[in-house]
Amino acid sequence: MISQEYLLQTTPKELIGRFPYLNTFFAGLTLKLDKHQEVSLQQIITNMEDEIAEDNSFEGELFIKQLQEFIQQMQSFLGEDSNVVDTLTILPGTDKNGNPELFETLIFEKSTITSIVGPTGSGKSRLLADIEWVAQGDTPTGRTILINGEKPTADWRFASGKKLVAQLSQNMNFVMDLTVAEFIELHAESRMVANVELIVGKIIDAANELAGEKFEPSTPITSLSGGQSRALMIADTAMLSSSPVVLIDEIENAGIDRKKALQLLVGEEKVVLMATHDPILALMAHQRIVIRNGGIHKVIKTSLEEKEMLIGLEEIDRGVQLLRTRLRSGEELHSN
Amino acid sequence: MNLITVSGPPSSGKTAIILKTAETFKKRGIKLGAVKFDCLHTDDDLAYEKAGIPVKKGLSGSLCPDHYFVSNIEAVVDWGLKEGFDLLVSESAGLCNRCSPYIKEIKAVCVIDNLSGINTPKKIGPMLRMADIVVITKGDIVSQAEREVFAARVHSVNPVAIIMHINGLTGQGAYELGTLLFDDSKHIDTLKGSKLRFSMPSALCSYCLGETRIGETYQMGNVRKIKLEEN
Repeated sequence: MISQEYLLQTTPKELIGRFPYLNTFFAGLTLKLDKHQEVSLQQIITNMEDEIAEDNSFEGELFIKQLQEFIQQMQSFLGEDSNVVDTLTILPGTDKNGNPELFETLIFEKSTITSIVGPTGSGKSRLLADIEWVAQGDTPTGRTILINGEKPTADWRFASGKKLVAQLSQNMNFVMDLTVAEFIELHAESRMVANVELIVGKIIDAANELAGEKFEPSTPITSLSGGQSRALMIADTAMLSSSPVVLIDEIENAGIDRKKALQLLVGEEKVVLMATHDPILALMAHQRIVIRNGGIHKVIKTSLEEKEMLIGLEEIDRGVQLLRTRLRSGEELHSN
Repeated sequence: MNLITVSGPPSSGKTAIILKTAETFKKRGIKLGAVKFDCLHTDDDLAYEKAGIPVKKGLSGSLCPDHYFVSNIEAVVDWGLKEGFDLLVSESAGLCNRCSPYIKEIKAVCVIDNLSGINTPKKIGPMLRMADIVVITKGDIVSQAEREVFAARVHSVNPVAIIMHINGLTGQGAYELGTLLFDDSKHIDTLKGSKLRFSMPSALCSYCLGETRIGETYQMGNVRKIKLEEN
C-alpha cells in the first residue's frame, strides 16, 4: 500500500500523473486541489484556512486516509482479474420452518440460464440477497455461497466496485436527463473503460438488435419506449456491468426480442438467473429452481420434452408478435 | 448499549431502512430503541410505535437541527440506558447537506437515494464524506447502469465507507446491514467527553436572533457576501 508519508510529500499534479484515475477522486472534492503543481499535500493541508476547510468539509487526516484507500482499491480493481466468476455454488440451508433444503450442491455456471419459480413471498428475494451478500451460513437461511468452488474473499461483500449481482426488472426506469450516448459514456467512465467510444457504439448496436424499433445515439433515454429501454438496459448490463451474475425479474413480451436478449447475456459469460412464470422464458433456461416456504424445494433440469414444447410455444409467440406488428401498421386482421 | 447515528437527506428512506433492519433485530432478540430528530414536523415516531419500538422525537423548530441534535443526544443516550436497550438508533434528517451529525467512535450510517441525482454525492458534506456505512436506496426503480454510476460517485467522495444497496420496501439487504450495525462487544455508558467528527454548520448573525428586516444596516455578526464579480 502507498504510504501516507509519500502522499503528503507529493503534489496533486504529480499524483494524478502517476495515478490517472485520481482524476475522479479529485473531481469529487469541492476544493479544486488538482490545480496545484508546486505545493505538496502536506503544505496544502497545513496552509489551509480553517474557514475554507470547514466550508468544504475538508479534514486533512481523513483526506489522506481516503486518498490512500482509493488508490489501494483502484490498484486491486485494475490489476487483477479476480472478478471472473466461472461458477457460483449454493450449499443448502433451511426453509422458513427450519427444514433442510433437499439438494446437495446447486451450481450455476457462467453462460447458463437458471429460472426461478415460486409464488410471491416464497423466498426469491431472500435467495437473491443470499447471493448478493455471498452468505456464509450467516443469514436467516443458513445457506453458503461459493465462488469458483471456493470460499469467497470479503471484498465481494464490501468493495464498492465489486458487486456480485446486477439486476434488471420491469419496474426499472431511466431517470437521468441524458441522451443514450451520453448515458453510456457516463457509465463507461465510471467503470474506467479505456475505449469509451467503441463500447458506446457496440452497446447501441446491440440494443438496436434487441429492440423492435430502432433508436439513435442522440435520443434522450427518458423518451425511449418500454421495449427500447429494456433493450438498452440489457445490452448495457451485458457489456458494461462489472457484475458477473445478472438477475432478471421478468422481461415484457413487447418491443424486445427476449431470446436474443438472453443470448447476449449468455454470450458475455454472465451467470443468468431469471425470476419468471412465462413458459417461454422458463423453458429457455437450462434448469429451474422451485422456491417454496423460503427454501429451495426442487431443482429441475429442463427436459427434452420441455425443449420440444418450447419450439411450439415460440411458434405461437411469433404468430402473436406478427399480429401485433400488423395492428401497429394499421392493418385489418383476418382469421385465415 | 450500542448507539448508531443514521442520517441522510429528507425522504431518502432512513426510517424504512431502520424499520426493516429492526425486524431482523427482533428475530435476533436485540432490544431496540429509537430517537427521531427533525425540524418542523414528523410522523415517523408513529411508524416506530406501530412496529413496537420505543421512540422519542425531538423537533428543532427554528434552530439548526444539527445543533439541536448535539445538545440533546447525551440526554437521549441516558434515556436509552435507563430503558435497557441493546441498541439505540438516532435518526436525523440532513436538511442543508452541510450537516455533520456524526460522533467519533459511534457508528455512522448515511442513507441516500438513487433518485437524488448523480451530482448529489459531491454536494453532500460531512454527512456523506464521514459516514462509516453508506446505504443507497430506491435501486429497484432505476437502471443497473444508474445504480453503478451513482455508487461510483459515492465511492469517489468516500472511498472508506462500506456501500450497500438496500430496498426499503422489501427489506432486501436489511438483514445484512443489521449484522454490521450491532456489535455485542461495544458498550457506551455516556457521551460526555465524546467529540463530533466534524464541526457543524455555523452562523451567528442578527437573523439567528430573529431579525426579519432586509438591508445592510440590519446585518450583524457572522455575515458572508456572495462574490458576484468573480469569473
